[in-house]
Amino acid sequence: MKNEKYYRDEVPENNPTFEVDRRNFVKLLGGGLFIYFQLGEFLTGVSAEAEQRRTVPNDYNAFIHIAEDGKVTCLIGKIEMGQGIITSFPQMVADELDTPLESIKMVMGDTELCPYDAGTWGSLSTRALGPVMMTALAEARSVLLEMGAEQLGVSKDEVTVENGVIFIRNKKSKKVSYGELAKDKKIEKYLEVKPKAKDFSEYKIRGKSFNHADGVAKVTGQAMYSGDFRMPGMLYAKILRPPSHGATLVSADTSEAEKMAGVSVARDKELVAILHADPEKAEKALEKVKADYKFNEMDVDDKTVFKHQLAFKSEARVIKSVGDIETGKKNSDFIIESEFYNSYVAHAPMEPHTALGFMEGDKVVVRASTQTPFGTQDGIARELGLGLDKVRVIPPFLGGGFGGKSAFRQAIEAARLTKLTGKPIMVQWTRKEEFFYDAFRPAAVVKITSGANASGKITAWDFSEYFAGSRGSDTIYDVPDAKTTSFSARDVHPFATGAWRAPANNTNTYARESQIDMMAAKLGVDPLEFRLKNLKDERMIGVLKAVAELFGYTPAKGPSGRGYGIACGFDAGGYVAHIAEVKVDKATGKIEVVRVACAEEIGFCINPEGATIQLEGCITMGMGYALTEEVKFTGGKIHTENFADYQIPTFSWLPKIETKILHKNEPPQGGGEPAIICMGGVLANAVFDATGARLYQLPMTPERVLEALAKVK
Amino acid sequence: MAETIQFELNGKKVEMPLDKDQTLLWALRTNFNLTGTKYGCGEGYCGACTVLMNNEAVRSCTIRMEEVAGKKITTIEGLAKNGKLHPVQQAFVDNDALQCGFCTPGMVMNAVGLLEKTPHPTRQQIVEGMEDNLCRCGAHVRIIDAIESASKAL
Repeated sequence: MKNEKYYRDEVPENNPTFEVDRRNFVKLLGGGLFIYFQLGEFLTGVSAEAEQRRTVPNDYNAFIHIAEDGKVTCLIGKIEMGQGIITSFPQMVADELDTPLESIKMVMGDTELCPYDAGTWGSLSTRALGPVMMTALAEARSVLLEMGAEQLGVSKDEVTVENGVIFIRNKKSKKVSYGELAKDKKIEKYLEVKPKAKDFSEYKIRGKSFNHADGVAKVTGQAMYSGDFRMPGMLYAKILRPPSHGATLVSADTSEAEKMAGVSVARDKELVAILHADPEKAEKALEKVKADYKFNEMDVDDKTVFKHQLAFKSEARVIKSVGDIETGKKNSDFIIESEFYNSYVAHAPMEPHTALGFMEGDKVVVRASTQTPFGTQDGIARELGLGLDKVRVIPPFLGGGFGGKSAFRQAIEAARLTKLTGKPIMVQWTRKEEFFYDAFRPAAVVKITSGANASGKITAWDFSEYFAGSRGSDTIYDVPDAKTTSFSARDVHPFATGAWRAPANNTNTYARESQIDMMAAKLGVDPLEFRLKNLKDERMIGVLKAVAELFGYTPAKGPSGRGYGIACGFDAGGYVAHIAEVKVDKATGKIEVVRVACAEEIGFCINPEGATIQLEGCITMGMGYALTEEVKFTGGKIHTENFADYQIPTFSWLPKIETKILHKNEPPQGGGEPAIICMGGVLANAVFDATGARLYQLPMTPERVLEALAKVK
Repeated sequence: MAETIQFELNGKKVEMPLDKDQTLLWALRTNFNLTGTKYGCGEGYCGACTVLMNNEAVRSCTIRMEEVAGKKITTIEGLAKNGKLHPVQQAFVDNDALQCGFCTPGMVMNAVGLLEKTPHPTRQQIVEGMEDNLCRCGAHVRIIDAIESASKAL
């Protein structure tokens, strides 16, 4: 069925007009109806540190405003980086308030105006912030109905609302609009009672497909990213960088650079920056800076990293344990022991980290490409020794994040330099800097010992992940004796690592689904049948069956020679299953992905079009970490400097992509991440099915494929 | 007297002092405040900075201003005419062929350049023509669909 589509021609504000503080912003909004509420209970992911610094607001920290023209301004602390909440959030707001979608205006992520939010990650916007907002909006709607009824001289039970117009149920001509209620007055309402938000059956706008609200802004070049703002006297800063992680600056001689016209140097402890109105001139001058460093690097590289990790002293934490693993092993007719490896992977968003800092009196303002404006505000305040009221962070559109823009070093640099010089300072990282300072997805090892009996039931499952992170490490299968252990250690990595789209889960799902496939093959059972036989979770079974139907899968034991792979998993509240078809060139080791089908269930899907786009994006992006993406390094020296050294998926890679979203009247879950977690496993399993070769390491480069092929008897 | 150069920018004659080290990308972004053309890699690998030079798609980060003298440059800002989106822009909107939008101006300009040369490309020709423009969000499938539908509309 083709999705119904709606269009919004309006270019979203994207914050640039709101250069006023909160008090003035409220003043600017003028009259109308202000409905204040609390988002205090929305505390998901607030770090202990942030909590210490910031009294999480339990006053009326959030509000919506209804203007005389009926426009509804809604403020949230989230940002837009392509995941599409700029489109889906207004759907939720309009639907809950019963006001036209076009009337909703979003203000996002501005620390001065918007309610506190830890960050835009973990696919949490819809599933965690959503319910709290909806409850508040339901209350706001109830207040509006009360006011409307009063105006119309009837009781609240006698009125209802459609499209922002309140009317008497049996006398539609007696009506008053939200805007009219707000006319010529300024009304402030403070919400206490919490009526229930709407039931799925009452949704009118949620569940329908909408095109990107920011589409026109983005195809015309009008959408503003951090690097696109210009200010009088603005200077570009090019910062002196160490040659490797672990190197510390001993001395820097900037005298040659300073001889160049228009150059100035800003220096604060280890921070040495060349400033110029022209970024290319600043870059040229930076090349003339002579610097000495002291080195203290780890003895590890991209080849020895897994050995290094397994030898590293780490702390074990049992994530889950059921039954007794030794009993499970005894009950098994066979045991398979495996070790899986996954490399460091870069976020590589198309927009490198960028920030523009400027002073507004004694206040530092930074427009930053960040997934966590409030975390960035905290970081800047701490670094500069300022109160939070003296730091404002405004995030415009982000040119991709994927977790990488949870780190905000560039914003601190811009803040420090603007504080130091008093001038507007643009820090726009080069691609090389972006690769150097990226908080990579950690390299990791997963060890699995598993057993099954002859009738095809999994009897033992012992899963240990080293440095991947525990998300997605629990087995999704029904095993009587199972144990999941997470090993972690500080300082195991020679550089920063961090959350990468569905953190940990890509590695864990790759390992688990590979192992499951190996067990099915050992039993001589079709891998789909084996999975279904060992699953109890109906929602997981649901997506597996759906993807099999979508793909037109017919059972066969592996390796069937067809090149079909299967994988399934759970992330951010969402269930996903994939089936892929590959061709492997046995002479070159090159893998061609022919088809990928994916079924996903994320509860009630607010915007199916947006969710489908995320699915396609996950599949496409996920092929990269499965097949080519790997950061090369020696100690703290990063050899990956630009896209020539780091192959991300391109147009010629495209398989035929088929997607299906299963609709369920369950609370909405995250949709930006789940569908990427299976890509390593599904392609590894497809390679096995095509050739009989098992790939124990990602990415599956041609060399590794050839090595694995050589081992096939 | 500093040497100056003249060229046509989005349909208007412009003149500026010549700086032989300056690239077209940064001249557009700093001298003309045309920030729709993006910096993505600075070495011509990603295509986020793609503009048209005499109707041909080029990487503005690799073009020195000397080469621009007398040429006709079109950027993403110069594509829509009288408030009406160019068919390629419209097709990107209709097909939702974008996510974060950062590669989008370069994608659109490269597609316009491709259709200038090959007005009715096959899907394979679209893939080959777009191959060197990078997108990290994974909007590729829709970008191909958009270019295909734009080629029919042109």
